[in-house]
Amino acid sequence: MEYKLATLPALGPAFPEIILAVGSLALLMYGAFNKSNTARQVSIGAVILQMIALVVVAVQPLGRMETFGGMFVSDDFSRLIKILILLGSSTAIIMSIGYIRHEKMERFEFPVLITLATLGMLMMVSANGLISLYMGLELQSLALYVIAAFNRDNVRSSEAGLKYFVLGALSSGMLLYGMSMVYGFTGSTEFDAIAHVLGQGRPSLGVIFGLVFIMAGLAFKVSAVPFHMWTPDVYEGSPTPVTALFAGAPKVAAMALILRVLFGAFPAIEPEWQQIVVFISIASMVLGAFAAIGQTNIKRLMAYSSIGHMGFALVGLAAGSADGIKGVIIYMTIYLVTNVGVFCCILSMRRNDRSVESISDLAGLSRSQPVTAFLFAMIMFSLAGVPPLAGFFGKLYVFLAAIHSGLYTLAVIGVVSSVVGAFYYLRVVKVMYFDEPAEPFDQPMRTELGILLGISGLFTIFFFAWPGPVVRAAELAAAALLH
Amino acid sequence: MYSAIVFLPLLGALVAGLFGRVIGVRAAQLITSSFLVISALLSWVAFIQVGLHSHATLVPLFTWIDSGTFEVDWSLRIDTLTAVMLVVVTSVSSLVHIYSIGYMSHDPHQQRFFAYLSLFTFAMLTLVTANNFVQLFFGWEGVGLASYLLIGFWYEKPSACAAAIKAFVVNRVGDFGLILGIATIFLMFGSVDFDTVFKAVPAMAGKNFIFLGHEVSVITTICLLLFMGAMGKSAQFLLHTWLPDAMEGPTPVSALIHAATMVTAGVFLVARMSPIFDHSQAALTFVTIIGATTAIFAATVGLVQNDIKRVIAYSTCSQLGYMFVALGVGAYEAAMFHLFTHAFFKALLFLGSGSVIHAMDGEQDMRKMGGIARLIPFTWVMMTIGTLALTGFPFTAGYFSKDAIIASALVGTNPAHMYGYAMTLIAALLTSFYSWRLMFLTFHGKPRASHEVMHHVHESPLVMLVPLAILAVGALAAGIVFEHWFIGEGRQAFWMGAIFHGGDDILHKIHHLPAAIEYLPTLMMAIGFVVSWIFYIRRPDLPKALAASQEPIYLFLLNKWYFDELYNFLFVRPAFWIGRLLWKGGDGRIIDGFGPDGVSARVLDLSRGIVKLQSGYLYHYAFAMLLGVAGLVTYFMFLGVH
Repeated sequence: MEYKLATLPALGPAFPEIILAVGSLALLMYGAFNKSNTARQVSIGAVILQMIALVVVAVQPLGRMETFGGMFVSDDFSRLIKILILLGSSTAIIMSIGYIRHEKMERFEFPVLITLATLGMLMMVSANGLISLYMGLELQSLALYVIAAFNRDNVRSSEAGLKYFVLGALSSGMLLYGMSMVYGFTGSTEFDAIAHVLGQGRPSLGVIFGLVFIMAGLAFKVSAVPFHMWTPDVYEGSPTPVTALFAGAPKVAAMALILRVLFGAFPAIEPEWQQIVVFISIASMVLGAFAAIGQTNIKRLMAYSSIGHMGFALVGLAAGSADGIKGVIIYMTIYLVTNVGVFCCILSMRRNDRSVESISDLAGLSRSQPVTAFLFAMIMFSLAGVPPLAGFFGKLYVFLAAIHSGLYTLAVIGVVSSVVGAFYYLRVVKVMYFDEPAEPFDQPMRTELGILLGISGLFTIFFFAWPGPVVRAAELAAAALLH
Repeated sequence: MYSAIVFLPLLGALVAGLFGRVIGVRAAQLITSSFLVISALLSWVAFIQVGLHSHATLVPLFTWIDSGTFEVDWSLRIDTLTAVMLVVVTSVSSLVHIYSIGYMSHDPHQQRFFAYLSLFTFAMLTLVTANNFVQLFFGWEGVGLASYLLIGFWYEKPSACAAAIKAFVVNRVGDFGLILGIATIFLMFGSVDFDTVFKAVPAMAGKNFIFLGHEVSVITTICLLLFMGAMGKSAQFLLHTWLPDAMEGPTPVSALIHAATMVTAGVFLVARMSPIFDHSQAALTFVTIIGATTAIFAATVGLVQNDIKRVIAYSTCSQLGYMFVALGVGAYEAAMFHLFTHAFFKALLFLGSGSVIHAMDGEQDMRKMGGIARLIPFTWVMMTIGTLALTGFPFTAGYFSKDAIIASALVGTNPAHMYGYAMTLIAALLTSFYSWRLMFLTFHGKPRASHEVMHHVHESPLVMLVPLAILAVGALAAGIVFEHWFIGEGRQAFWMGAIFHGGDDILHKIHHLPAAIEYLPTLMMAIGFVVSWIFYIRRPDLPKALAASQEPIYLFLLNKWYFDELYNFLFVRPAFWIGRLLWKGGDGRIIDGFGPDGVSARVLDLSRGIVKLQSGYLYHYAFAMLLGVAGLVTYFMFLGVH
């Protein structure tokens, strides 16, 4: 025991996280001790830092590695998710560079906070115990609360941050409460140990209660119904690049965490958590589809859209099979990339040097910016799930998995709500192509936004031609998760 | 050669229809007309070969449908019956094409017109060359379509559109019977091939099948259903209402489709089906009754019509009735002979009236004509020839064919033959009266048109007059030349079994009638002429006085026996009522209300409700979360653990 404590744990598996932690502190120092405004340099530095972390993740050896006494795990699943998270948050930083300058909120803390949030997300994905789970989750959340309120002179932004913080604290409380119950009834915080204990015999009601609370806390993070209420307000109030971030990386991280917890710690009580997942999945899909119809603000629309999409992803989880996990991962990948494109478009909705956010402002975009309008339309079709665009395949995989697992009701409700949901995506396209043109947006689009939009749009359009790499990576990850 | 006869018009139609804009008006006229002329010349060659030199043949083209036991081939059945029809159709059609070059010269859509004419001809030719019921049906529907397109050719005229729709719908009623008939044939015989079916008919004769608890004769059912199709196409009594209205189409169309060819398709059908009809006395009796009724009905209505084309239309209707009487009493050859001669003189009359209308600047009302014989003498001569032939003036075409029908009705054996005889005899008188009435009102007496119109009256161009002359030759000579072959001593060698005969030979009997009876129709014709002369030349005030004193009868006839009103009341208005009910109530209120509109309205309601939940208050949000957790916990508490 003495010997063990004195020895450093193996740091290799956590190397990307260590790089991010050290790097972000270094960036913080650089910004703090520099007299001039260094936001731009720090932003670029943060992107580079994340890219380095991404490369390190990518070159880590295949297979499962545990460290820190089994609390931290790195496997094919975590590596794939980490790559997605790093891509998501670094694009969010890139998208924010122009925005924070325009909106007079250019402070170096912004990219640093995003980097710290990213660090939290990576730790969530690698968590192999309830304690490390909570640590990563809180690191992420605390950074995000601040970022949501980052435009502190703006009432709406402050309100968004505050709401997110209060409700986030409530959800954290639920999460902790659930964890304590699980610990109480199983005697361990390690996923493997919990799984082992639960595998012994009939689970007690206390464990189920604990599971419900844990699920409530985690569902809050993926903004699944009925723990979604913060989402529209926060999405609308936060600065747009922050919304872009919220819609992307943290969702992927939280979804991965749910996968990890359910398959890592609770595989023995799958029938129980399956019911919870089915419920929140249906509720999310239906609410996402119906509520979005009434929206006029495009950021709010995207909030409901993301609620709906989380519902669809949860369909794959509800299947509870390797196919289902694969479906979730593919769905989240496509969702992440598509979202980047959407927010690039929203960020370039500027008129007379001011951001506009109403859907009707898009009127006539097809005439003033035909290429942008086309890519945006394709992305919208993809979100609606129109073949042969990427979004269709995402839905295809999760629904197939659900049907293979015999969840016909869920699949049918999913398809129906995706039809209802198609309405508001198509309305955006209709506004762009058929409505009387409004005053055109400021031209030209910022270069980095254009490039990101192009990548996102092309991925969406041509995914069907070359889905192999994503599907294979998702299969590997699913296998690793079920080890 | 036979393929060329049938497919040249199709080629012409495709060229003029699809490339009309590219090749221009003149080229479209020349291509379609010259193709038709070639087709007509070949038809005459075919007629001589098949009819006079006995070379009946079958030209297989290709397999059309081959599905299980259902096999349909495209092939051309060329026997005497077909050859007669080929000659009639292509001759009249080619003359109408040529005539139309002049008549339609001011129309902006001539390419379309010629394409339709050629398309019609093609459809008619496939009908008459059919060797099975499906191919026959193809042609049958094809001519129906072409007729619809041509009646509604001037589609900017609402009356033309209405007439086109009416023609199409009334024809559908008949076609429905035809389809059922064909289906019954396939059901009972297992084939739609003519020869196969005809061979099997004698075995089927006398067999019954149960329908709604009643035993009905198979053959009679089939015959009546097929005859229903014929009634529709040939505008027979009860299904006749579309023909007079069809005169809304351009006059050459009336001449081609609604006088010489398409309306005779019903006659052709029954003649072609003679092997089946001859086994059902009941069906033949029915055919006779309908034919005789049509003959007298249309003739009475024709007496009082004022539109020059409508008079001829009713005359056509009446003459078709004659043909059916002949078919009904088993004198199929006489019917075909009348069809043949009628095509010439009726086309002549229509094209002649077209020439009159052309001269009178589009005027069709006879009350506004008169006294133009001297101004357009050539047309007058042509119309006189046509009228003589129609009324059966000795040694003209109608004299041979019509008198043969009247005589056949007299010596026929089916229960209705005397009815047929009486009606056709009286109708002969009426025919003579209204035909001469038309002549006198149009060409003689005092001019009733405005001075301006009279000043402009002019003879038509040569391109219109030459077809008239050719038809006039046919109207004069077709009877005397072909009587020997069609109904005379040479008939057996001529028909060669193309028309079936069961028992007694009607045509043999009519050659042995007393002379007095033979001259009766001619006498009728003479009486009609004299009465007409008195009414419209000698004492022009008489018609009005008679109409005034017999007003109910006059109005009854003028309103065509009130058939349109009756049908409006019985069918059209209920149909509209049902349509509106289904539209407003069924589709609008129920399907749209509960379907698309209802669903979208509910979606919006739901959406509004959900949006309202999003109040913006923090404690509402927190409450929702707690509610969710509480709900799930409660759920598991009550459901327990597995």
